[in-house]
Amino acid sequence: MSSGDPGHALLLDRGNLKRRNRVNRLVEVSSTIATLLAVAVLLIVVGSVISKGIGALSIHFLTTPMGLFGDTSGGISNAIVGTGIIVGIAALMAIPVGLLVAIFTTEFASPRIGHPIRFVLDLLNGVPTIITGIFVYGLMVAGNKQSGIAGSVALAIIMLPIVARTAQEVLTLVPGTLKEAAYALGVARWRTLLRVTLPTAAGGLLTGALLAVARVAGETAPLILVCSIFGQGVLTEPNEALASIPVFIFQSSESPSPEAHTQAWAAALILIAFVLVLNVVARAFYARSRKRMGA
Amino acid sequence: MDSRESFESQTMTEPNPEPQARAQRQGPAISVSGATPSPPAKKSRDVGNVQLKDLNAYYGKTHAVRGVSLDFDADRVTAIIGPSGCGKSTMVRCINRMHEEISGASASGEVTLDGLDLYDNAIDVVAVRRAVGMVFQKPNPFPTMSVIDNVTAGLRLTGASRGELEDRGREALVGAGLWDEVKDRLKGPGAGLSGGQQQRLCIARALAVEPEVLLMDEPCSALDPVATLKIEELIGELKQRVTIVIVTHNMQQAARVADTTVFMLNGDLVEIGATDKIFTNPNDERTEQYVTGKFG
Repeated sequence: MSSGDPGHALLLDRGNLKRRNRVNRLVEVSSTIATLLAVAVLLIVVGSVISKGIGALSIHFLTTPMGLFGDTSGGISNAIVGTGIIVGIAALMAIPVGLLVAIFTTEFASPRIGHPIRFVLDLLNGVPTIITGIFVYGLMVAGNKQSGIAGSVALAIIMLPIVARTAQEVLTLVPGTLKEAAYALGVARWRTLLRVTLPTAAGGLLTGALLAVARVAGETAPLILVCSIFGQGVLTEPNEALASIPVFIFQSSESPSPEAHTQAWAAALILIAFVLVLNVVARAFYARSRKRMGA
Repeated sequence: MDSRESFESQTMTEPNPEPQARAQRQGPAISVSGATPSPPAKKSRDVGNVQLKDLNAYYGKTHAVRGVSLDFDADRVTAIIGPSGCGKSTMVRCINRMHEEISGASASGEVTLDGLDLYDNAIDVVAVRRAVGMVFQKPNPFPTMSVIDNVTAGLRLTGASRGELEDRGREALVGAGLWDEVKDRLKGPGAGLSGGQQQRLCIARALAVEPEVLLMDEPCSALDPVATLKIEELIGELKQRVTIVIVTHNMQQAARVADTTVFMLNGDLVEIGATDKIFTNPNDERTEQYVTGKFG
């Protein structure tokens, strides 16, 4: 093919081929670098937490309650128990309500009501957690006293939109043909929901719940406001203020003593490990659920 | 058979104008023992007759079915043919009131089953759907359930007693010609079967609640020719037990399975007649053009 052939003139480079290739290359390289940065941040955070915290980690650290202020001979057993209780109660409050909200918006509400509700949930999800903390402080702590329950309420408010939004997404993935099949068999609507729709979506619903738990397990700001002045030893009464891992990390890192700092790193390591495990489990359930729904 | 009788009486709530007619349809169509089908009992002619009178169906403002009046007789297979979007699926979905599940959809006119107006205020929609079963275009077994649980889903989820489930499930699988293929994997997942088997599983699931009418909305359009043939053979056997209404895109299929054929165009009923006549010597010019492949 000669360049003089008028029939192929359209195929010839008009000078921007090189430029286009350069831009392609630039976009590809910069997006790769950005991705590497994101992964690197995670690795650096996890790596530094491991390297600085592993030294203080021991069975003793996990099984003894923290000492008096400044005493670093104790551990975090009371914080682990406290976080378990606070997050557990929060989950009991937020997960059923969140699921029902999702069921309402996907199964019962018309789009005219459903869309605004989704938007409101997204807004609630965006509320800074310190605001939630102040709100619960004003509601339950001011004029009263700090308590584990107040912490749970704050965490439940943070969990609610996460549970509801993920559940909505999963429920809309359930094929309409399954509901149709059930209705055509003469199965009532509520029974179709309980026996067909929810079991089909179960894995995804569990994923949303686990992600919400993982998200609030490390939540610190509201707990500092409503549940941070606690007594000695392993406490289990939710009407009293309870210790928690994030508050322990915060308080230990404020301490002047280097031992306390190491303890803060070790507690951070426990928290990160817990969140990572929850995330991995949640992903496994989600993958199973998607497969089941043929997505 | 007492348990069957009590279930039968549940399938329709009052008002029931013809309890005697219903009672005539006793006796199992299929024997359970040894899992071999016995010759199906001949069904009484007065159960399972569907009549449409001036049926209109809408999606919002779109008028999808325009004043259709016709009878679906028991013991016969009626095929509905017509080009895409002519309202044939919409029309059959009005018979089991699935049309109204779509938001914005509405219907007017009269649909009667053995003289009983299915759109009467006293009628329970759920009972209508038990009396008028449906098989969909794409096989849709419940993915969380085993083969046997899929078959008995309609019974379990509508409150049948546990004792009768297994027998009724087996009976339905035999009836759908699937028993021999799945008897060793009843507890396996329903979604693990082949496409054709899944569709016969859905037919078994619909048969298990013992409907009087079975609506089939393009049941073979997602299947290969061998699976299609099996379903067509099955339709021939089932017509002794239930009134069958089949919507199909495939004119050869209508010619093979149907006793009566209905041709629809743009929401109108153009012609209804014996299948032979519709395909060889139709009265309406448009029918002739459609069956000879001039459009559609």
